Amino acid sequence: MAIYIVKRFFMMIATILIIATLTFFLMHSVPGSPFDEERTSNPTIQANLEKFYKLDQPTHVQYFDYLKSIATFDFGPSIKKPNETVNTLLARGFPISFELGMVTILVAVISGITLGTLAALRHNGIIDYSAMAFAVIGISVPNFVLATVLIQQFAVNWNLLPPATWSSRMHMILPTLALATGPTAIIARLTRSSMLEVLTQDYIKMARAKGLSPVRIVLRHALRNALMPVVTIMGTMLAGILTGTFVIEKIFAIPGMGKYFVESINNRDYPVIMGSTVFYSAFLVFMLFLVDIVYGFIDPRIKLHRKEGDA
Amino acid sequence: MNEDENTLKKNGQGGAAVLTKPEAAGKRKQVFSEVMLSVRDLYVSFRTFGGEVQALRGVSFDLYKGETLAIVGESGCGKSVTANTIMGLIPEPAGRIKNGSVLFKGKDLTKLDKSKMRKVQGVDISMIFQDPMTALNPTLKIGEQLTEGLRTHQKVSIGEARKKAIKLLEVVGIPNPEERMKQYPHQFSGGMRQRIVIAIALICEPELLIADEPTTALDVTIQAQILELFEEIQERTGVSIILITHDLGVVAKIADRIAVMYAGKVIEIGTKREVFYTPQHPYTKGLLASVPRLDLKEEELQPIEGTPPDLFAPPIGCPFTARCPFAMEVCDRIYPGTTDISVTHAVDCWLQDERAKKLFD
Repeated sequence: MAIYIVKRFFMMIATILIIATLTFFLMHSVPGSPFDEERTSNPTIQANLEKFYKLDQPTHVQYFDYLKSIATFDFGPSIKKPNETVNTLLARGFPISFELGMVTILVAVISGITLGTLAALRHNGIIDYSAMAFAVIGISVPNFVLATVLIQQFAVNWNLLPPATWSSRMHMILPTLALATGPTAIIARLTRSSMLEVLTQDYIKMARAKGLSPVRIVLRHALRNALMPVVTIMGTMLAGILTGTFVIEKIFAIPGMGKYFVESINNRDYPVIMGSTVFYSAFLVFMLFLVDIVYGFIDPRIKLHRKEGDA
Repeated sequence: MNEDENTLKKNGQGGAAVLTKPEAAGKRKQVFSEVMLSVRDLYVSFRTFGGEVQALRGVSFDLYKGETLAIVGESGCGKSVTANTIMGLIPEPAGRIKNGSVLFKGKDLTKLDKSKMRKVQGVDISMIFQDPMTALNPTLKIGEQLTEGLRTHQKVSIGEARKKAIKLLEVVGIPNPEERMKQYPHQFSGGMRQRIVIAIALICEPELLIADEPTTALDVTIQAQILELFEEIQERTGVSIILITHDLGVVAKIADRIAVMYAGKVIEIGTKREVFYTPQHPYTKGLLASVPRLDLKEEELQPIEGTPPDLFAPPIGCPFTARCPFAMEVCDRIYPGTTDISVTHAVDCWLQDERAKKLFD
């Protein structure tokens, strides 16, 4: 296990390095600079600014400086917001985005698995059909459309929930719903189909032959086996939810990382782009790593490391 | 093996519960007289897209306490459906018991609701499945799979359940049972897994063990070991066994009595000796002739020509008519009644009719 983690750690570093490099060169290949729109197009000021932010240096020097900043976790000051550093932006924005993302995943996983399991147990029944109808709609409707519909209905028409911002539990409901519906639908469909397959397995019949209660058979014997495909897609789903937060944050005016991220790209705010990209990819890579570890816990046949003498 | 045919009584219900212990040195030389399970006129059908499959069409037999009854027949003859029906594992709502009863110690299992049936499953009657590679849950430690049945049905502590499980693992021949309890199924070989499946079936000390092709998925050498284990367990616990198989070699080894099934009916039933040495039904004869024998060198294997009838629309007469070398006109039209050859041996065949006997003499 320890060997596996160490190995994975180095692979994670390599992955982040590749992402960082790609981002850096992509960013520099895009025309424009942070100072293009400045009203004072005084060349001297511009040159001084570029000197201050070391943008006058050759690309490879900038690249190594940037790698150094990643290694030290100090991404430097924002160009557009002179009073802030990338680190303070991340410290302010990320916790909110993180909260939204995590609540979404929690909601999606719990409701998706419940829905899928119920649908499988009532195969070809009303619950099954309505759950799958919901799933098709959930997958098809983009979250930004759903978000506006939710705001219109719950906030404007019925005045039940606050339409935007992020300050209380009540504020969390609509954005979470909007963001979680798609993943819930995907998880529900996946759980249903793998549950249906698992329920026909011999070990389920054997569990029934033991005279176990149906609840125990589903929870203890079927669910764990049925969840493997769900765990598998959790990785990509995490990425989807993370990027989804950017859109949802914008619609609900949530002061998360998404706002800064999009702004920084529009403004060519190099340090912020680089800092938040690297931070997000590091986060995602780490979550994927966690998913792989969870895999091994759910299915004992999956060995994360090679061991001699396994029968 | 010389045993029991003269002491066996067919349909011997109501007899005094006498189970004499083996006196002679011979193996399992019991007197079977107490009927433990009585299957009567069982009809089971399955609804499918193609129509209704009549899987069982009036199956009747008795099982005595402490005996091993082998149910043999080719694929699709209703062996497994019989086992699943007794066990209450017919997949609903597709499968349906249309008629008949399964009397287990006087209680009709077909009339029990699901929660009452669960108190029979694994407690009074246990089942052993064909493929040990798929019968164990891959994500649960075998210790849990062993003890959960016991802990569901009896109020025992985890410690007691574990102790019993470890002892049982020893009985079924798993070395280092204590350590093995913590392992997962994939860490065991096929034969070992079947031993564990057997141990799981035995944990609540059932009175009836239904083994559905328990050796089919195993190597030949392992097969012999598992069969010996069955014999040993029966000797130890006196459990009755219904052995479902199409392997006559297995039957020859451990069965006391044999029921031959064809197209959803029991067409011949008798002691092992009777069925092997004096088979009466042409199908039974054909089945035996299609098994390779070491003592008869010259003879070629005789396959039974043709295929079993379609159970969507089973024939009204004897279902074997189309394949039977002795078929008469009556066979096609009317199903033959049961003829008792001896107290233990019965067959459903028109050839037993006096008039037919004259014809062939």
